[in-house]
Amino acid sequence: MSSVLVKFAETQNTAKKMANSGLLGSSIAKKYWMSLTGLFLISFLIVHLLGNLQLLDLSKEGQEQFNIYAKFMTSFPLIKITSYFLYASILFHAVDGIYLAMQNRKARPERYASYKPNRNSIWASRNMGLLGTIILAFIILHMSQFWYTMHWGEIGIDANGNKDLATVVIQTYQDGTAGLIMVLLYLIAMAAVAFHLYHGFQSAFQTLGINHSRYTPIIKTVGAAFSIIVPLAYAIIPVFVLMAKN
Amino acid sequence: MKLDSRIPEGPLEKKWQNHKANIRLVNPANKRNIDVIIIGTGLAGSSAAASLAEMGYNVKAFCFQDSPRRAHSIAAQGGINAAKNYQNDGDSVYRLFYDTIKGGDYRSREANVYRLAEVSANIIDQAVAQGVPFAREYGGNLDNRSFGGVQVSRTFYAKGQTGQQLLLGAYSALSRQISKGKVKLYNRHEMLDVVTVDGKARGIIAKNLVTGKVERFGAHAVVIASGGYGNVFYLSTNAMGSNGSAAWKAHKRGAAFSNPCFTQIHPTCIPVSGSHQSKLTLMSESLRNDGRIWVPKDLKDAEAIREGRLKATDLPEEKRDYYLERRYPSFGNLVPRDVASRAAKERCDEGFGVNKTGEAVYLDFAAAIERYGKTEANIQGIDNPTKEQVKELGTKVVEAKYGNLFAMYEKIVDDNPYQTPMMIYPAVHYTMGGLWVDYNLMTNVPGLFALGEANFSDHGANRLGASALMQGLADGYFVIPYTIGDYLSEEIRTGAIDTNHEAFATAEAEVNETIDKLLNKTTKKHSVDHYHRALGKIMWDKCGMARNAQGLQEAIKDISALRAEFWESVNVPGSKNEMNPELDKAMRVADFMELGELMCQDALTREESCGGHFREEFQTEEGEALRRDEEFAFVSSWQYTGNPSEAELIKEDLIFENVELKTRSYK
Amino acid sequence: MDLKLKIWRQANTNSKGSLKDYQVKNVSADSSFLEMMDQLNEELIDKGDDPVAFDHDCREGICGMCSMHINGEPHGPESGTTTCQLHMRKFKDGDTIYVEPFRAKAFPVLKDLAVDRAALDRVIQAGGFVSVNTSGNTLDANAIPVPKADADAAFNAATCIGCGGCVAACPNASAMLFVSAKVSQLSLLPQGKVEAKERVTNMVNQMDLEGFGNCSNVGACAEECPVGISLENIARLNREYLSASLTSSK
Repeated sequence: MSSVLVKFAETQNTAKKMANSGLLGSSIAKKYWMSLTGLFLISFLIVHLLGNLQLLDLSKEGQEQFNIYAKFMTSFPLIKITSYFLYASILFHAVDGIYLAMQNRKARPERYASYKPNRNSIWASRNMGLLGTIILAFIILHMSQFWYTMHWGEIGIDANGNKDLATVVIQTYQDGTAGLIMVLLYLIAMAAVAFHLYHGFQSAFQTLGINHSRYTPIIKTVGAAFSIIVPLAYAIIPVFVLMAKN
Repeated sequence: MKLDSRIPEGPLEKKWQNHKANIRLVNPANKRNIDVIIIGTGLAGSSAAASLAEMGYNVKAFCFQDSPRRAHSIAAQGGINAAKNYQNDGDSVYRLFYDTIKGGDYRSREANVYRLAEVSANIIDQAVAQGVPFAREYGGNLDNRSFGGVQVSRTFYAKGQTGQQLLLGAYSALSRQISKGKVKLYNRHEMLDVVTVDGKARGIIAKNLVTGKVERFGAHAVVIASGGYGNVFYLSTNAMGSNGSAAWKAHKRGAAFSNPCFTQIHPTCIPVSGSHQSKLTLMSESLRNDGRIWVPKDLKDAEAIREGRLKATDLPEEKRDYYLERRYPSFGNLVPRDVASRAAKERCDEGFGVNKTGEAVYLDFAAAIERYGKTEANIQGIDNPTKEQVKELGTKVVEAKYGNLFAMYEKIVDDNPYQTPMMIYPAVHYTMGGLWVDYNLMTNVPGLFALGEANFSDHGANRLGASALMQGLADGYFVIPYTIGDYLSEEIRTGAIDTNHEAFATAEAEVNETIDKLLNKTTKKHSVDHYHRALGKIMWDKCGMARNAQGLQEAIKDISALRAEFWESVNVPGSKNEMNPELDKAMRVADFMELGELMCQDALTREESCGGHFREEFQTEEGEALRRDEEFAFVSSWQYTGNPSEAELIKEDLIFENVELKTRSYK
Repeated sequence: MDLKLKIWRQANTNSKGSLKDYQVKNVSADSSFLEMMDQLNEELIDKGDDPVAFDHDCREGICGMCSMHINGEPHGPESGTTTCQLHMRKFKDGDTIYVEPFRAKAFPVLKDLAVDRAALDRVIQAGGFVSVNTSGNTLDANAIPVPKADADAAFNAATCIGCGGCVAACPNASAMLFVSAKVSQLSLLPQGKVEAKERVTNMVNQMDLEGFGNCSNVGACAEECPVGISLENIARLNREYLSASLTSSK
């Protein structure tokens, strides 16, 4: 009887082992995917920012130029393919992250009564799940406002015959109280992105095994600078749009 | 009764080879049917368990800690000796053998010690193959340092954590066999008795320390590698859990206990600071390579320092007494441990002690820092460096060498040893005595073996630094794998050991009875620690660094009375069917109370001074130990008769054919 | 000094535990934290109460057996220190001190402050070794020179005492620092390189099976590690695992 049980347990274990090994299921592999998708999303942040910065020119020509850019981004084949990768990466990064966070919670069923994590780590590092969730919620909002509208929503046409996304953007952030709330939400999201990047940027390199006494300090400095400058640059745009109301 | 050491015939350097050539073997198919129990997972236990399992035996390994890696071998700091002669400084197997015999004050067996020296080189090879990260030179070769009592550099090291690295090497070999199923590990288990059937060791009774369950385990041989019994003294450098129970229980089942009074008091430990103290911490002997030991020359200065009116650093050179360099110019600060310890005690007894209790001397690194600083300045091409520069550079070198030790000192004492000299005092560290074993490391109970510190065989009356690691691993890796076959070849037809045998039932019942006796008392007066402290005080005062007949006689009476009181009214809380560390401690202290008495009896009987055993009645005019080779060149082995101090003495004469017995001189 | 203590009491693995209040008076500032606990226990025993069970052995910071979570941190407030080497002079008279066991699913509480850390042993058993038998004729120790930098780095990783403080500190209860220390030690030395791939794969598998959390590079482990094992080891483990996964034939 007991030997049967042992045998059963062994098969169970082997099955579990196989499921957990290699580049699919192990804890470290899940982190590789977090890291790679994360780095890809970081690169997207730069591209997206460069496009958005055109909104700092709200003249008629500037708006039309932005709409040309928006059309290019939604129709050029190579960019379309890349964007599917991007959606997949966002989804994967989110799902994998949530799964890891759930596993991590389970790894400590009983919490400490006295817990002083600030003495050994920074807040952002411990709250990537929370920050990620805020960012995900923002991405959904953001995409429903612009991406959805651009593709399938009701949208005007500008002088060049392009979909007038610039006006949609301007209205979103200038629309009275609602606009103000949208700007605030945007700022909160960018703060979350900043903290997420502050940990995530250097963490991605560490996960891929890149840790070197000479290069890691550089990576950390660049990461910190990136995590402040990029979200700040993003944040300027809706604020600028709002301020430009009158 | 007579004890047959079964030393092989032939010239010293051929004995081990001949023995190995003629020893009986067990064939691989039969090894699979033979079980071996190993008690303890330190260097000796882990290495033996791994090696025997690799050979094909089924091993059951026991340790009381939560993991085999915690065994106290892990705390050994300085290094491991081996006759590799990598430094080309005249080392050889013979010289290591000779140094060890001489260091042990001619109270160990020539053949065993020679074998130890012979296999020493192989230990280093084995450890390196396992991935033990010894210190290396820039060329990629292994580095060496020198140690007390010798004039060559033969000590291999891994910073101040050599024991840790070697133990983790043996632990990893053990882990590999556990994963293969060849070793079954019983952690958090404590052996409480040996079971003998028809005079042969056939198993043990052990307690599961988590559930409290007392269980039986059978095997064709039992190997005790449970370390030493320094904790008899309550305060020692041993771990809190280190105990002599396995060896003592074996003794009560018939195994002779040899030279129990040979205890090593280590000269460089952090002094006792108060009554709260639970253990003492060693500062590696390697520090004596660079540190200079001194006390003030004038009693007045010593007094001023004790009262805090004067600082050590303010005392000019000419007012300091570097007493080891003064008394022993040729070895200086690197005299063997027993000599260094006694010299410190002598100075402190004369009133030159430098801490509040008057029981501390200085270990000063100022000279070393200056020396290294100057060399370093030369290397870096700094001409005419300032004093500060020299100090800074030198401090860095010293930090690289001993950083972890200095940090540990600072944590415990709250004083910076780079700025002010360390304070040190001798403390109980190691026990040379232990279970009597023959050349095969088998006790006089057939099938019962003892390895490492648990046996008596290799260090005589004083162990040299960095030799304990060597012996533990030699026994486990390179001796027992051969010699156990000599016995087990007779056991291939025995079949599985039946733990339902009446001998197991009786032993188990006795263990349970002892437990009940400890738990169920009408009057519960004091905690276990109270009695342990009391025992320690008697032992330290009367059977410590210096002993005399009157004190020892008193100690025997005192211990006997204390034991009676302990059994009458010790307060052990809790029950037996749970995790109960106080109960476990009580069982250990109960055994220490008997062992302590035997130690005093042995010390009383040995009317000479040798190594760690210093009888005040037997000293030269200069206060050096006075050995009496004519009368006492023997191993005292004790046979249990029911009362520790009434044990029967069996003498094994020590015959020296290859070395001439000389008065040890380090002058 | 006088202290108030809030200590986790739990009869055994299956029972529910809770924090209980205690007081100790006249504690010497020179005593270690464990000696303070000894003092408390002696008082409890004298009063006929059940003393607090806790793991400890060498009391010199090397065996790794002591394992208390003190005032919100594994091994207490002083960095680079095990519980046994933490001294009471780091506290103030009148302080309230929380004492809890190391908490992780993989470390079930046995009693009070003592936890079962056999999971760490099983990770080593899965591959934390070089597969060499004891041999009477191994290669001479100097036959393969090892660059000093590699030997030193291997040593630094090998100083891990296996206390589990990294797991206790990690918000995810991950054992990556522990595993990476052994993987690093052996992958840095020529003797260990031979089976580096199997080792890292097997050890990581076992680590996952034991129910430790995932490493999210928080860094709390290295901050709290009493012997200063560095995060570089985790990076090396990640590297080793990646190369093993990409090149292994299985």
